[in-house]
Amino acid sequence: MSSSSTQPRKVLIIGSGPAGLTAAVYTARASLAPLMLEGEPSSTSDQPGGQLMLTTEVENFPGFPEGIMGPELMERMRAQAVRFGTEILTEKASRVDLTQRPFRVWVGDPQAAEPTYTAESIIVATGARSLMLGLENETRLIGHGVSTCATCDGFFFRGQHIAVVGGGDSAAEEALFLTKFADTVTLIHRRSELRASRIMQDRLRNNDKIRFAWNTVVDEIVGDQQLAGLRLRNVESGETSDLAVTGLFVAIGHQPNTTLFDGQLALEDNGYLVTGPGSHTSVEGVFACGDVQDHTYRQAITAAGSGCMAAIDAERWLEGQH
Amino acid sequence: MAENLTTLTTATFNETVASSSVPMLVDFWAEWCGPCKMIAPVLEEIASEHPEAIHIAKLNVDDHPDIARQFSVMSIPTMIVFRDGQEVKRLVGAKGKGQMLQDLDEFL
Repeated sequence: MSSSSTQPRKVLIIGSGPAGLTAAVYTARASLAPLMLEGEPSSTSDQPGGQLMLTTEVENFPGFPEGIMGPELMERMRAQAVRFGTEILTEKASRVDLTQRPFRVWVGDPQAAEPTYTAESIIVATGARSLMLGLENETRLIGHGVSTCATCDGFFFRGQHIAVVGGGDSAAEEALFLTKFADTVTLIHRRSELRASRIMQDRLRNNDKIRFAWNTVVDEIVGDQQLAGLRLRNVESGETSDLAVTGLFVAIGHQPNTTLFDGQLALEDNGYLVTGPGSHTSVEGVFACGDVQDHTYRQAITAAGSGCMAAIDAERWLEGQH
Repeated sequence: MAENLTTLTTATFNETVASSSVPMLVDFWAEWCGPCKMIAPVLEEIASEHPEAIHIAKLNVDDHPDIARQFSVMSIPTMIVFRDGQEVKRLVGAKGKGQMLQDLDEFL
């Protein structure tokens, strides 16, 4: 654990996905000596590097015509931020106080009297985390057939029958990746068509290991020591059926990581941070970028772009303060 | 790398785990697992800070899938603590050092 500092930082960045790291590159190059709290290791997307740490090949980030692995892209962004002088700590903010300036940020015990860091401006880039189904047995069977990380665990399902729940690009990408290992991958989706991009849909349809369970939801996760199967329900007909699978991967969407700012920053009705103009939040001197404030585009490149905006907004705002 | 960090193989697994004088945490990992890479330095720190309390060993599931199967490992990182050769605790998933220390408190 690093020592706390009484000297306020010019810029403190919370989060280390494409948004946070781009904000770091820009503020570091502007000689603002940013401090980044990158988060802590986790097997969910709430980890240093963010959601891309759990993805495989990224094919739509400009500048990489051959594609690049998600974790490698994040490693490169991090190295670029460090090169220009970003100080990165593998710590998670536990509390923030945005009611006074300099702003106050705690790491570790949120009840501690003194904050761990203070900062003149804050860039919020905490991203979004994957939603779980919220069913009984789901958490208990993580590591026993239920997985939060397809890239980590696909290997263990060689020759088996497994399921992916969801209908977006993440679900499509996971399902396709898992066909490298599993005999069949059943994609369970509550609607009759996918939200995934056309190219992903075509790849799914052309893969003979993929099965589709349309208009279907998971009612129950069945298994004692290990996942044994799923109780499915067709939302049109109401019919229930059992699907015997040994693996379950959930990719049903995301929720912004805003708990840290409850009651301090304005939220949209859907829980995302309000920003505008540009990256300004409801508190002067606090800027937000990436998936924590974007429920529309949610791409690595848009997150990076908004990180750049937050850095420029913060730099201009700081200039106006002196 | 910490001095008391052992690399296990199918050939050495049983004997090494059974003969350890202190609890041994086995980290089941693979090269292609991002969260495994992040938990590795955390485990090395804990190992070097508590050399008398716990030993840390690593088992590459890609090279030794038979051992992973024997212990029904279906997700990595999985960390199993053995005492006298018996499994006494299992942790699944990467986490920060603070949480790891809490989860391993009974051994430290």
